[in-house]
Amino acid sequence: MNAFPGAEHFAAVIFVVVMATALGGALIAVSTTRIIRSVCGLALCCMGLAGLYYFLNSPFLALMEILIYVGAVCVTIVFAVMLAEPDEPPVGRKSWGARLWGAGALLASLLVFAALTRLGADMPWASAPVERVTDGSVPVLGVALLSTYSLAFEMISLVLLVAILGALVIARPGRSNP
Amino acid sequence: MTTIHHSPGVYLTIAAFLFAAGVYGLLRRRTLIGMLIAGELIFSAASLNFMTFNRFLAPDPAVGQVFVLFIMGLAAAEVAIALSIIIAVYRNYRSINPKELSELNG
Repeated sequence: MNAFPGAEHFAAVIFVVVMATALGGALIAVSTTRIIRSVCGLALCCMGLAGLYYFLNSPFLALMEILIYVGAVCVTIVFAVMLAEPDEPPVGRKSWGARLWGAGALLASLLVFAALTRLGADMPWASAPVERVTDGSVPVLGVALLSTYSLAFEMISLVLLVAILGALVIARPGRSNP
Repeated sequence: MTTIHHSPGVYLTIAAFLFAAGVYGLLRRRTLIGMLIAGELIFSAASLNFMTFNRFLAPDPAVGQVFVLFIMGLAAAEVAIALSIIIAVYRNYRSINPKELSELNG
């Protein structure tokens, strides 16, 4: 069935690389001090997520992830970083409260991670997928977007329009000529 | 033969990790943009969960993809609004440290 032997192992290796990219990107995004590195971590994480979407039988979403998150969201955040100066305040000596708060945040996130992992591992997921009614390809997706979900599709375009106008209205006042 | 990328548990664990990282960043960050980035991670975790169940358990694989597309659209809109608010705040306060934005804090 496979075109060449070992294709399955090759895919597994690529999967591990993609997974490490996503997880490492997420770690960089939340743990660095400088915000610009954090944005780069987010972009890395989104590249990894795009690979995961590819493994989940959805190349269209993989491309959309790169296009929207890496191409639009991260670039917009970079612009905001250039306009404001958002670096974390320099830490000379951390106070006990700050340390305690960081430890508490770490503990809370570890608890969340452990609980969710346990939940996902213990659940007896059905091994074989139920009967498929479509194959989930791009033409099927397009037909679904313009027939079943056409109202939601129009609403999301309206939301985006309102968001653009709202962003202009909010960011406009206060600017003066030099 | 089940390899690593054919089991839903792996994807769910990755999504759980992304969510936990987002929660950690949201709690720990002291700048608004950092919190926004952590929020994006949480969005990504939700999308990955949707795509996992869409791939392994859903009868119609188009549904989850459409949902994730809508999540991406909403996230883009949210980022645009949030960043414009952040820039407006920075212009007024010369800072985007949430601790200093405390005019109403008696």
